[in-house]
Amino acid sequence: MTATAQAQAAMPALAVSPCGALWVRVNGRPVQLRVSGALWLEAERTLVAADLHLEKGSAYAARGQLLPPYDTPATLSRLEAEVRALAPARIVLLGDSFHDARGTERMLPRDHARIAALAEAAELVWIVGNHDAEGLDDLPGRRAAEWTAEGLVLRHEPQPGPAPGEVAGHLHPCAKVVAARRGVRRRCFATDGSRLILPAFGAYAGGLNLLDAAYAGMFARPPMACALGADRVHPLPFARLRPD
Amino acid sequence: MLPPPMTDTAPLLPPRFQDWFARRGWTPRSHQLDMIAAAQDRRDALLIAPTGGGKTLAGFLPSLIDLASRGPRNDERRLHTLYISPLKALAVDVHRNLLSPILELGLPITAETRSGDTGEAKKRRQRIAPPDILITTPEQLALFCAWEGAADYFSGLDTVILDEIHVLHGAKRGDLLSLGLARLQVLSPHLRRVGLSATVSDAEALAAWLSPPGRGRDPARIVRGAPGAAPVVDVLLSQNRVPWSGFTARHAMAEVYEAIRGARTTLVFVNTRFQAEIAFQALWELNEDNLPIALHHGSLAAEQRRKVEAAMARDELRAVVCTSTLDLGIDWGSVDLVIQLAAPKGSARLIQRIGRANHRMDEASRALLVPAHRFEVLECQAAREAVAENDLDVDPPRAGSLDILAQHIMGCACSAPFRADDLFAEVRGAGPYADLARADFDRVLDFAATGGYALAAYDRFHRIVQDRDGFWRARTAEIVQRHRMNVGSIIEIPMLSVRVGSSKGGRWLAGRKVGEMEESFLEMLTPGDTFLFAGQVWTFHTVDGMNAIVTPAPAGAEAKTPSWGGSKFALSTYLARRVRRMIADRSRWPALPDDVREWLAIQDRRSHIPAEDEMLVETFQRGERHYLVAYPFDGRVCHATLCQLLARRLERAGRQPLGFVANDYALAVWARRPLDDLDLDGLFEEDMLGDDLEAWLDDSFMMKRTFRQCALLSGLIERRHPGQEKTGRQVTFSTDLIYDTLRRHQPDHLLLDCTRREAMSGLIDVSRLARLLARVQGRIVLRRLPRVSPFAVPVLLEIGREPVAGMAQEAILADNAQDLIDEAMTLDDLMQGLTP
Repeated sequence: MTATAQAQAAMPALAVSPCGALWVRVNGRPVQLRVSGALWLEAERTLVAADLHLEKGSAYAARGQLLPPYDTPATLSRLEAEVRALAPARIVLLGDSFHDARGTERMLPRDHARIAALAEAAELVWIVGNHDAEGLDDLPGRRAAEWTAEGLVLRHEPQPGPAPGEVAGHLHPCAKVVAARRGVRRRCFATDGSRLILPAFGAYAGGLNLLDAAYAGMFARPPMACALGADRVHPLPFARLRPD
Repeated sequence: MLPPPMTDTAPLLPPRFQDWFARRGWTPRSHQLDMIAAAQDRRDALLIAPTGGGKTLAGFLPSLIDLASRGPRNDERRLHTLYISPLKALAVDVHRNLLSPILELGLPITAETRSGDTGEAKKRRQRIAPPDILITTPEQLALFCAWEGAADYFSGLDTVILDEIHVLHGAKRGDLLSLGLARLQVLSPHLRRVGLSATVSDAEALAAWLSPPGRGRDPARIVRGAPGAAPVVDVLLSQNRVPWSGFTARHAMAEVYEAIRGARTTLVFVNTRFQAEIAFQALWELNEDNLPIALHHGSLAAEQRRKVEAAMARDELRAVVCTSTLDLGIDWGSVDLVIQLAAPKGSARLIQRIGRANHRMDEASRALLVPAHRFEVLECQAAREAVAENDLDVDPPRAGSLDILAQHIMGCACSAPFRADDLFAEVRGAGPYADLARADFDRVLDFAATGGYALAAYDRFHRIVQDRDGFWRARTAEIVQRHRMNVGSIIEIPMLSVRVGSSKGGRWLAGRKVGEMEESFLEMLTPGDTFLFAGQVWTFHTVDGMNAIVTPAPAGAEAKTPSWGGSKFALSTYLARRVRRMIADRSRWPALPDDVREWLAIQDRRSHIPAEDEMLVETFQRGERHYLVAYPFDGRVCHATLCQLLARRLERAGRQPLGFVANDYALAVWARRPLDDLDLDGLFEEDMLGDDLEAWLDDSFMMKRTFRQCALLSGLIERRHPGQEKTGRQVTFSTDLIYDTLRRHQPDHLLLDCTRREAMSGLIDVSRLARLLARVQGRIVLRRLPRVSPFAVPVLLEIGREPVAGMAQEAILADNAQDLIDEAMTLDDLMQGLTP
């Protein structure tokens, strides 16, 4: 029996869905953490994805670093795959959907069309973030500072101090573990059972280690990191996390 | 006694130089005169001479003679000679040595150095008023190529001298340097190229690199210095038992100490910093005589290293434990013994190191090889014979890297507008790019301009643009500035400063800097861990930004010695062949130490001693696991790749492989299912280099690491931005994301091709693996054993000790789930009531 299988056997309550997603309880509500890094609120059929940072590649290109111009299509493809898999009634994009205020201008027409198609498939809600406080006006869907679903408050930036029932993005959490003298660093969800921070969804979005001081005081107790694997979400105990 | 001056020196050496030689009690050496003759004939020249042969002076003499003979200068000053050295420290040394003839002869010649450390004011002055001779590094040459006004600055350049050319040519640094040379030749067509090299086995190839054929110039004249006395090399056969594995040679340390006591000054070479730390500590534990023994490696703080070098120059030390940082450089006359601790892995490196002893031509250098374990006893013997026969490893010739070409093209555009046809012709004049196809050049040019993407998304953002007359130039001044900040070919491994911390109000304050260590090592430590560094045991506390905070460990604390860090070099092909031969030839055994001989004899009885052209494979079972051990003797890097591919094949064959391990001599794979009924010729069939390799490569961390290099070197990713210092770790992260995205969306992109090609030859050594597979086909001998054989012990001892190259990242994540069992209680309430 593999270590993973043993772990699962020892913890029947740790519910892994066949698609590799992980069910956890946030402020008493069961939620599904997707392998893609999105959050699925099944009862209200709401799909949540944070920090898409669309057009980050072109933002760098404008300054002379010609990164591959595939980050926007790549990010949208992953979002579309989730929409096909789950058929959500609503898609909430949790802020910093664009890397900067000029992102929508730089975006190619065919990617605009893909966003329009998403807005037709489901109600599209743009939570405003710090990177895209401006520049979202011409996009289909509605804008909001925050949104409530299944009793959880969805907003971009986590409130300082404990915030039971909050789901936020902004920090791009990453977890790092070490084995066989090699470190593995992955994007992760972070939750203490009271609040939840989502990983960045965007293809080029960097990550901030969960042990960074920026997370200090947010969790009532050491949070669990749920790291994004190739085909499943791996729950990692806080004690095993390493700094960068 | 030196021979009397030769009669034919007169026409070559002007009287005042003859007098100078005489005053110093020297006689010009024949190779020094040959170099002057080559200069008078305006021929490129490659000087091959052992260390201590007056090589540097031979390189400079023609320039000094020419400069001394020129009339009073009324015209504008021009740079006459550019001297390029692989190391900054060496450049400083060469400068000092050059100043003595200039001063003693009272020549009106100015000579200066220039490196990344040179102050801005001096750099500016050097541009306005160039010295006659400028001593610098390859990276600075790349910067010169990106200067505006480079054409004017170098138009009068007479000579370029490349020192230690044998260490420069075979790598990406060499590619960049060769492109710089081609550029200089265009700016100053009458430029003469001079190369200085230690002994190499293929002088013609090096000469062709220095001055490539087909440019309408005569090939470089090869000038050879007289060979020094043959070195005396011994292998230390310890009174203690030779260990089965490991790299510290601790068993022989008392004998090493005695050797140091018996010599005047000793250089103790090791292959890695960790070995250096361990050896240094072990020697001091034995050092009852309080001999001044110092430590020198690349991670120590610069001032610490300089202190050691200065003490060495003052002849105050009895020994220095050092890494390849002292392979090159400064002549220390007093060194009379070189000790190589653990096998040298290649004969060329060994000869280079031996040359550091006894910089007098007429006396033999003395060297002592200290094997760290049993296979190394054989390897050291092989190395000793290779030195005796002067059988040097040869680097295979390399085709120039395209990422380096991209950087160079960008640099040229920053310097002055160019036409593609002209630049293509110029680039083909660089040795490694002589066979570059026009299509490849155009592809790289397009990459530099647009990023080379199939999706034309960045029309407005091109880095270089073509005007109506066909000239390419950088689009904006900012692009030029950014390029200049990022020029170079050395990708630093991300390092953190190790600083002594003091605790204040629960926070650590960073204090004195002890040195720098790889981030990859420090990130493995847990607060409270102890480790050995700079000759002392430290307690690790935390990483704060770019600093690792440590405090001295309490007296008597044991270092939690890093168990990795054996050899960073893989056994060279040449030595490997010799080792195979030595094992096969029983008539050689009696010369080996008792325990090694006994080990071979038991291997013979229990398993098999492979003939020189055979590959032995053993299978056996231990507990639940079925093992397969193979002995190709082809080096760690090549074996690790082979392990990966074998594991894939065994997986497909339903054998459920669980793990693998490799060292320089052997590799082991273990599985849940038996491995003793396999078709071995099928398993080791060369076709594994097809789909299996491709499939594994694409997902390999080595590809990501290589891609990072290519992305940085080609200018896709910048290391430095105006007003912002990016740390290594941030760059590492983003290049992985870019690699993944690019691989999915444009798998035939230039940089992915470049990465694949690079990885094939570098980190995974595919060409060597191909030769291995061809060699053993039809010559595999299988022994099914009831238990572990003597040969298998060393490699099995490596299990869990070395990082497993390419261990699946997913497995690491999943393994950590094990700990969830321990934390089940705390997680239970998180999960409570959830239905799967």
